[in-house]
Amino acid sequence: MMKTTNPLKEENVPLVEINNLKKSFGSNQVLKGFNLKLYPNENVVILGKSGSGKSVLIKCLVGLNDIDEGEVKVIGRSIPDMERDELDIIRSEVGFLFQGSALYDSMTVRENLLFPLRRHPERMKGQNEDELVLSALRSVGLEHTLELMPAELSGGMKRRIALARMLILKPKIILYDEPTSGLDPITSNEIIKLMFSIQKELNTASLIITHDMDCARVISSRIIVLQDGINYAEGTYDDLSRSEDPKVKAFFKEIQIF
Amino acid sequence: MEFPKSLYDFFEEVGELSRFAGRFFQVAFSRPFESKELIKQCYIIGYKSLFLVAVTGFIMGLVLTLQVRPTMVEFGAVAYMPRMIGISMVREIGPMITALICAGKIGSSIGAELGSMKVTEQIDAMEVSGTNPFKYLVVTRVWAAILMLPLLTFVADAVGLFGSYLIESSKGSVSFYQYYNYVFSSLVFGDIIPATLKTFFFGFAIGIVGCYKGYTSNKGTEGVGKAANSAVVTASLLLFIIDFIAVMVADIFWEI
Ligand SMILES: Nc1ncnc2c1ncn2[C@@H]1O[C@H](COP(=O)(O)OP(=O)(O)OP(=O)(O)O)[C@@H](O)[C@H]1O
Ligand SMILES: [Mg+2]
Repeated sequence: MMKTTNPLKEENVPLVEINNLKKSFGSNQVLKGFNLKLYPNENVVILGKSGSGKSVLIKCLVGLNDIDEGEVKVIGRSIPDMERDELDIIRSEVGFLFQGSALYDSMTVRENLLFPLRRHPERMKGQNEDELVLSALRSVGLEHTLELMPAELSGGMKRRIALARMLILKPKIILYDEPTSGLDPITSNEIIKLMFSIQKELNTASLIITHDMDCARVISSRIIVLQDGINYAEGTYDDLSRSEDPKVKAFFKEIQIF
Repeated sequence: MEFPKSLYDFFEEVGELSRFAGRFFQVAFSRPFESKELIKQCYIIGYKSLFLVAVTGFIMGLVLTLQVRPTMVEFGAVAYMPRMIGISMVREIGPMITALICAGKIGSSIGAELGSMKVTEQIDAMEVSGTNPFKYLVVTRVWAAILMLPLLTFVADAVGLFGSYLIESSKGSVSFYQYYNYVFSSLVFGDIIPATLKTFFFGFAIGIVGCYKGYTSNKGTEGVGKAANSAVVTASLLLFIIDFIAVMVADIFWEI
């Protein structure tokens, strides 16, 4: 497997650092002191039950959710303290793959890819925008969809277009919110392969939310189990698969009906 | 007596809507202007409602003339018909019909569009790609509605008066030129200015309510339908309130 753990990681500066993060919605306490460090070249998988606050967590990382308490730092900068202009600069370094792809329904594939590019003209570095769009589409194998509308695409194609849209700014950190959910095993595999090739090409660090244990097994350098609003358990896939804790075991065991 | 829950919700909603409108004014005049999106929205809003507004205006012109004419004949005041229709069309029926149609057509489609963008995280996606979605989506749509409503009202007025002319010329013997001459000579600034000014407010109300409902809609596809529906209801109610206030204010300034 192409696992990319970095033996020197303790000496590196973390790209993402979360300390004692707390977040509630009304009386619903979702995160109750979560901690995380993401180092260069790492792939950290976050496991957690539905509704455990995984999406909320990564939205805090790009300022889509305010936080109640704690520290959230991306590339050394504190996210909650930033003004919009500064935040936009950090955000351009962070790719976000949304749970439902979140392609703009009213725009063609081409316009979808151009959208982030036009907002960050400094990233074009004199290159032609159509060239950049095409090369991003080529990297996910969907050049022929250039003029299609999102409604004309299948779920797997949408996911790949969303990947291309995220890649076009060449981010340093990628946040994947359930990249393989709702896809058949074959398409899931294609997405996972794409995630690998992206990492190789751009040298990214990623935070991956998934329920897909196959995906977690092949891609993770480290797994964090998010349960009851905290890091319930942490370790490599092999560590956690041998765990005796029932809440951790629940993610690894085969489905038992009876 | 306990404060009724529905009344409490009502005031809470009014407060939230006002805050949303306040947010609009904070950024409505500042750079960057999303001019491309604004032009696109003006086109969509204007074009989408043009046919409906014209047809409704035309029918209102026909019906109004048919309904009013017998009474005017009875009073021997049939010569006042163009004037009477002109004033009621320009002052009240044109603006109101246009606004109500737009509330149904534009208000609901903005509510549904932004609602589904919210639910499917498209608004979040815009936010992280360096765009202020409030400016890109809300400010452009509200401005487009403010700019388009007066134009659509003008169309409704013109087509409505034409409808009225058709009835008049079939019953009496007034020429097209004569008829319009009558109408325009009877209209004064006190008719036209307040009527036009209020259409800007109508546009604002339709745009802001549609955006508010969509932008703040709850998760789930059910939330989208609700957003569209309550955008129409709230906007229509607001239109009548604005109309009432506008007429009162105009009454003070122009002493009609
Ligand atoms: N904007 C919001 N307003 C109120 N509550 C919210 C909001 N966003 C999330 N929540 C609540 O926070 C909790 C965690 O939601 P989240 O979307 O992070 O779950 P998740 O772990 O991503 O689940 P899934 O695997 O189903 O995507 C849920 O109880 C949800 O109701
Ligand atoms: Mg989620």
